[in-house]
Amino acid sequence: MRLRYRRPTSKGDAALAYKLNVDGKIREADVEADTPLLWVLRDTLGVLGPKYGCGVGACGACTVHLDGVPVRSCLTSVDSVGAARVVTIEGVGATDAGRRVQAAWSALDVAQCGYCQPGQIMSATALIARKPKPTDADIDAAMSGNVCRCATYTRIRAAIKHAANQPREASDRL
Amino acid sequence: MTTSIASRRDFLKSGAAAGGLLLSFSIAAKAEAAEAGVRPLNAFVLIAPTGLVTITAKNPEIGQGIKTMLPMLIAEELDVDWAKVRIDQADSDPKLYGRQFAGGSMATPLHWDELRRVGAAGRAMLIAAAARDWGVPATECATRPGVVFHPSGKSATYGELAAKAAALPIPDPASLSLKDPKAYRIIGKATPQYDTARIVTGAPLFGIDVRRPGMLYATFEKSPVFGAKVASADLAAAQAVKGVRKAFIVEGGAVLSGLLPGVAVVADSWWAARKGRDRLNTRWAEHPTSGQSTAGFARQAAELAAAPPARTLRNDGDVDAALRAGAHTVEAAYAYPFLAHASLEPQNCTADFKAGKLEIWAPTQNPEPGRQLVARTLGIAADDIVIHMTRCGGGFGRRLSNDYMVEAAWIAREAGAPVQLLWTREDDIRHDFYRPAGFHFFTGGVSATGDLVAWRDHFITLGASPDQLASSAGMAATEFPARFLPNFRLDLSTMPSGVPTGPLRAPGSNGLAFVVQSFIDELAHAAGADPVAFRLKLLGDHKMVGDGPGAYNAERMRGVLLAVAAQSGWGTRLLPKRSGMGVAFHYSHLGYFAEVALVRVAADGAVRVENVWVAADVGRQIINPSGALNQVQGAVIDGVSVALFQKITIEGGQTVESNFADYPLLRIADAPKVEVQFVNTDYPPTGLGEPALPPALPAVCNAIFAATGKRVRSLPIDPAYLRA
Repeated sequence: MRLRYRRPTSKGDAALAYKLNVDGKIREADVEADTPLLWVLRDTLGVLGPKYGCGVGACGACTVHLDGVPVRSCLTSVDSVGAARVVTIEGVGATDAGRRVQAAWSALDVAQCGYCQPGQIMSATALIARKPKPTDADIDAAMSGNVCRCATYTRIRAAIKHAANQPREASDRL
Repeated sequence: MTTSIASRRDFLKSGAAAGGLLLSFSIAAKAEAAEAGVRPLNAFVLIAPTGLVTITAKNPEIGQGIKTMLPMLIAEELDVDWAKVRIDQADSDPKLYGRQFAGGSMATPLHWDELRRVGAAGRAMLIAAAARDWGVPATECATRPGVVFHPSGKSATYGELAAKAAALPIPDPASLSLKDPKAYRIIGKATPQYDTARIVTGAPLFGIDVRRPGMLYATFEKSPVFGAKVASADLAAAQAVKGVRKAFIVEGGAVLSGLLPGVAVVADSWWAARKGRDRLNTRWAEHPTSGQSTAGFARQAAELAAAPPARTLRNDGDVDAALRAGAHTVEAAYAYPFLAHASLEPQNCTADFKAGKLEIWAPTQNPEPGRQLVARTLGIAADDIVIHMTRCGGGFGRRLSNDYMVEAAWIAREAGAPVQLLWTREDDIRHDFYRPAGFHFFTGGVSATGDLVAWRDHFITLGASPDQLASSAGMAATEFPARFLPNFRLDLSTMPSGVPTGPLRAPGSNGLAFVVQSFIDELAHAAGADPVAFRLKLLGDHKMVGDGPGAYNAERMRGVLLAVAAQSGWGTRLLPKRSGMGVAFHYSHLGYFAEVALVRVAADGAVRVENVWVAADVGRQIINPSGALNQVQGAVIDGVSVALFQKITIEGGQTVESNFADYPLLRIADAPKVEVQFVNTDYPPTGLGEPALPPALPAVCNAIFAATGKRVRSLPIDPAYLRA
């Protein structure tokens, strides 16, 4: 399937128009090839769930899935996405793992400010989908790319275990 | 910190006054909302015929959970089912809501009584409406959630009564009796944040998520040397980038908290604006602060410490004589660095200027000073500005300043379109109002009986003079252990600084607890005493020490110290080599906190904080146990993060760090287990956003000493110093 084609713009030069599969819908975006997927999602397509935190792949707030693999959309150029299925926090609830992780986040009242949580949930969902019973070491490895400035890590860990139907520790109880 | 204590007292006063105002101003709310068909009971409560209750959340939400917690107070006394409550975020409107800010952990003490009375007033009106319908005395009627009933068997839902109730006079809130806490159905129950469903599905909530028709996106480049003017910028190059609409120089002023000089780039998308900015090749004018540096401040502090102090803030007894007579004298120099706030949502604001009127959507902790700043800078009337408060992706004190708000307003007016200004992370780290660096030169004396008999602190801080301290750079003369030993002296000297500073979570305390509780630990070891026993002895058998803003309840502190010792197994654990436990306590923001940390220090000096135990006394009632626990665990881990990793370095007048690679935040693998117990005492409930943080830092450092015999006297902790 051919996913991009050239189209004249008002300024007369050629821009690339991309067809992206975002949360199960084909969306079109006329943007420069070097535009990060994050800004295509937010400013062109109005998908506001993924957040800008650092722009250098160091905080994870912009995490989305490309064919199920968590990536930092702030470092992913739109040109590199191709036919991959882009799933964001706005669509991840359609998957079993995503739905369970979101439910766990709600049940455990994980968030404080909540700004990093879309990225946390995307990383956690990819982990659970790949490894339904993650160990603490698995959680450390999968979640270390996501910063929570409010430091809700105690509940993030507990919520992942909750989503995986694993027992929680006494100190995690509300 | 004397300034914050004074302003806290003002908050309390205005809060008490607002208790009356809130209800009397609700008449305005009624007239406005009545046009929409449903009449509110008061400024905070609207009940639809269906029984759905809408409660207004007055304060900014920054992650402290206030949008949920304040309405819980109203809902409890209104006596409604929490599942039928929806919450609306208020705009900034002090005439209607009194002061609206997120700071000082003050929302709980200011609103605990007042907002319960708002709920009780609504309930009284619903009862009065029912009693009138039924021709019975109101005193014979009672409520269960959402229903008024009478012993005769009559009952009516709040939805049925709301319209009639809203037409009745609002009772004097002071005349109302409040529920027996044993009857609480909402207060004291773990209640998830109201916005949880939106947070976990990524629905728009934050300042950065605001979208307006025709909105453009902006970046704003300012001088890395704080406040320098623009010498030149290639505006044409920026404007040549596709999508860029306009690039222009903002003259700005010289006040660091106001609109500063810079270059704005406005575009169809933020990415285009950023690409345009990259082509500006901006040059900055010379600036007098371009020589200042962290290393220079440290050198200057050492020189000042060797000289007589500029001022003595407190001088009890005779420190010098006591030191001469004491058995052990300990001297130590402590330092803590500048810190950035690094709220995860970078500073941003959306503004729309049309026909002389300005509409603003801002993630702000403190909207009204922002309104004044914008009005003054743009030369428009404060009344011509509407401020919508969005959810904030973190605050930590950064958003008490409204620099980004005035920038957005200026750029929007210049652009002639609605504009969302969004800072880069680098802008955010390099243009903060930093927690000021500080230096403490201590001398302490311990007697032959193991008592602390003398304490001198020469505090070197930032400021043009002792009367003109930099923001958040002060220290109260009542700071512990003042008043707990006979010979105590606190000296102050200052050095001028052009670094913008401001409050960071637990301002003052976030540095002072580290130095004070670490030095107390040094003295405990000099006395050959157990660190908990030494502290208990120091607290003595006092109950209240002092009164007014500096009052210190030693009994409450002993309570949490004993509790955390028991909880952590203090003195009973057998620990492996290079592991250790440390204790610290601190009183701030009306909360009493004692914490114990257990750390392990690897051979290469890497520190792992494994556990932190917390005993907290914030009064008789935890309003939302879920939010309370989350705040305390988060604040403690935040404190550990600060101790292990964080510093802002000034060189050549500029901030060296720029993003999370060189300003690291703690990640999940490094998060300790944090166990919290709330020690209930019969005092009014107080706040939890801040007071758990300060003792975490010295508890960790004291544990490192127990593990390695090495004393951490400057932050962040340097692993090289701790190598085996």
